[in-house]
Amino acid sequence: MKKVLLLTIALILAPMTQAVSVGDKAPQFTLPKLEGSKKLSLKSYRGKVVYLDFWASWCGPCRQSLPMMNDIRNKLKKKGFEVLAVNLDEEPEAGRAFLKQFPVQYPVVSDVEGKTPEQYGLQGMPTSYLIDRKGKVQLVHVGFKKSDIGELEKKITQLLKKK
Amino acid sequence: MRVLVIVSLLLSLSACTQVKPWERGYLANPNMAWQPMPQKSALDNHIYFSKEASSGGGQAAGGGCGCN
Repeated sequence: MKKVLLLTIALILAPMTQAVSVGDKAPQFTLPKLEGSKKLSLKSYRGKVVYLDFWASWCGPCRQSLPMMNDIRNKLKKKGFEVLAVNLDEEPEAGRAFLKQFPVQYPVVSDVEGKTPEQYGLQGMPTSYLIDRKGKVQLVHVGFKKSDIGELEKKITQLLKKK
Repeated sequence: MRVLVIVSLLLSLSACTQVKPWERGYLANPNMAWQPMPQKSALDNHIYFSKEASSGGGQAAGGGCGCN
């Protein structure tokens, strides 16, 4: 009886997973690209500094963050930096329309079911994770303001220097 | 033991779930706003308050003299 009860409680509490924070290994995932049918996994970016960005077309700050991150990405790509954006629109069409308005050169994948943000324990929109070459999370960034970009670029350059 | 039973029952009773940050797409739609036209509603409030001639009638600020 007691065992069954404890199990029930454990099952009820199970969905309350812990959020990913600095020092954790970035959880792996494989998702289809927003445009086309190819699939991309986070694993294939091991060895690079990755800026994992969760965004949606309805999210206000994303209008600023996407073009700005695109600039930084193009500037630092040769040094081993890449942005991987996960679109969380429930209707992927909305994400595609957004990208027509704010085009980016980096890869964008789509997670309609929201399994990845659940896995990462997202606290707000947008949230981004800066992952080092070894696959460890080095920075969790919730929200986005124009003034954040300097600090982000500094951190990215720092991580790029580490092998 | 009894407490455990009660707690687990209470936890399983909750029918509401939290809307996750990434699930707010439909809520962010302009159609979902309380006031679709903020300027018009501000004007309406102002007129209503003025006609009522008392404070607290609407949402607009004022002293209740009916002159603002």
